[in-house]
Amino acid sequence: MIATRDAYGEALAELGGENDKIVALDADLSGSTKTGVFAKKFPGRFFNMGIAEANMVGTAAGLASVGKIPFLSTFAIFAAGRGWEQIRQSVAYPKANVKIVATHGGVTVGEDGGSHQSVEDIAIMRAIPNMTVIVPADGEETKGAIRAAAAYKGPVYVRLGRNKVANVFPAGHKFEIGKGCVVVPGSDLTFITTGLMTAQAVIAAEKLKAEGISARVLHIGTIKPLDKELVLQAAQETGAIVTAEEHSVVGGLGGAVAEYLAEECPTLMKRVGVYDRFGTSGKSDELLKYFGLNAETLIEEGREIVSRKK
Amino acid sequence: MKEKIADLEEKARRLRVAIVKTLHKSQSGHTGGSLSAIDMVCALYFHKMRHNPQEPTWDGRDRFVLSKGHAAPALYVTLAECGYFPSEDLMMLRRLGSHLQGHPDSKGTPGVDVCTGSLGQGLSMANGMALGFRLDGKENRVYAVLGDGELQEGQIWEAAMAASHYKSDNLCALVDANGLQIDGDVSKVMNVASIGDKFRAFGWNVIEIDGHDMGQIVQALDRAEAHKGAPTAIVAKTVKGKGVHLFENKASYHGVTPNDEELPEALRCLGCCD
Repeated sequence: MIATRDAYGEALAELGGENDKIVALDADLSGSTKTGVFAKKFPGRFFNMGIAEANMVGTAAGLASVGKIPFLSTFAIFAAGRGWEQIRQSVAYPKANVKIVATHGGVTVGEDGGSHQSVEDIAIMRAIPNMTVIVPADGEETKGAIRAAAAYKGPVYVRLGRNKVANVFPAGHKFEIGKGCVVVPGSDLTFITTGLMTAQAVIAAEKLKAEGISARVLHIGTIKPLDKELVLQAAQETGAIVTAEEHSVVGGLGGAVAEYLAEECPTLMKRVGVYDRFGTSGKSDELLKYFGLNAETLIEEGREIVSRKK
Repeated sequence: MKEKIADLEEKARRLRVAIVKTLHKSQSGHTGGSLSAIDMVCALYFHKMRHNPQEPTWDGRDRFVLSKGHAAPALYVTLAECGYFPSEDLMMLRRLGSHLQGHPDSKGTPGVDVCTGSLGQGLSMANGMALGFRLDGKENRVYAVLGDGELQEGQIWEAAMAASHYKSDNLCALVDANGLQIDGDVSKVMNVASIGDKFRAFGWNVIEIDGHDMGQIVQALDRAEAHKGAPTAIVAKTVKGKGVHLFENKASYHGVTPNDEELPEALRCLGCCD
């Protein structure tokens, strides 16, 4: 088990040694976002921009325009929220080669409370043309995603979490932008999940199997562009979809899957996520339970949707 | 030197004619702020900046960021005059399918390096470029033209703080202080005075000039390049709509273009008979 932000810190520092075009920027949170690991190794290529996210985004766009590959980090609420219009105008509109790696996404930020828990960032990043949106399931996938983001030419938003998460993928797992991954095969329903909810879906699928329900788990590491092929296949082959994300049900993974399937292959669906409300203070595991972001909810929703099929 | 200044002045006059003709044709765009900034843009492209219109992406070029992106016509006529694209393109300004977008777009226009238009963002990008050049040990310089109304955006001061903190002496900001914005006098809408003092307080080297005096512009740009250890802000007092009395000092000409009746008089003011 490793936090995705820790995997990011390692991966970025490693990439920094391979490619001197890579630079990093942070807004006074380098210890938490783990860009500090890069900063220690490559102090000349690290820019602390202070508590000024808008300027950090613009500075990264400028660095990109003269050939650098900037990775900028802060908490998701500030990266996507405070920096949204700068990301739209200075990064996405010109298709600048800027990587926004936002840590502390979702409610697992915990005790800091609703002000700091970003449950909208996937939606607002996904709405911007030219933007790629990635939400890794675990540390291994994060490493692959950071490598893929560096190799890709254009804006990328990567959403990471604060806490240690269970491993879903084996070491050396290959990450490809825009490609989903069937983690568990199944035929009665499909859990389409992202981020830390994929590990929960794997647990739920195992439990449901004991009840005679065959649940597929389709992990979507790239929310945008969505892997339409695997989503369509899941809808056609299992006829029931339960999406799950540590994010609002408005506009995130559930939204993306619903939009696509409503037009291409209307399918029984249930979205698991935060139902149009803000977060609140508490311990991470308490909050996951409080918001129903766990295997138990997925088991219930799995049973429910299979019964609706009949 | 005198001859050089006279040449630049004549160039600027011709660019003003092109701005008026372009905006008359498009019937959409920003007249006042283009005419107030053009002397500085002219001095940059025909005196100060290293650039090569035959090779718009030449590595050694200095960078220009029109942070007040609505003055795009000033940039476009200058780029056309340099030869980045044919002058006929100007007649397509703001039309569907044209590379000359309402606000500068680096994806389509040769010689345009960044997208601007949403105010307050250009100085951050310019400083990012400056930091990148310094990291590579390159001599390239970066110039950003800002509006005085634009200084109301908080991001400008975040960028001012960062450029000073990182001692970006390869960065020069030029403030086109024409004193007017859409809703009226900058001093009445939201006072930004004293601009020079503000930049000084943020640790910048400040040079205050008349933004229509070509001799002063050229001298300020040369002094900015010579100054080490801090970025330079050239605070230029200008006249919105400069050169055409119909438009001068009128906030109403911020986003209004010359009409058929005004065109002959505007061109006459600019010493143009056709």
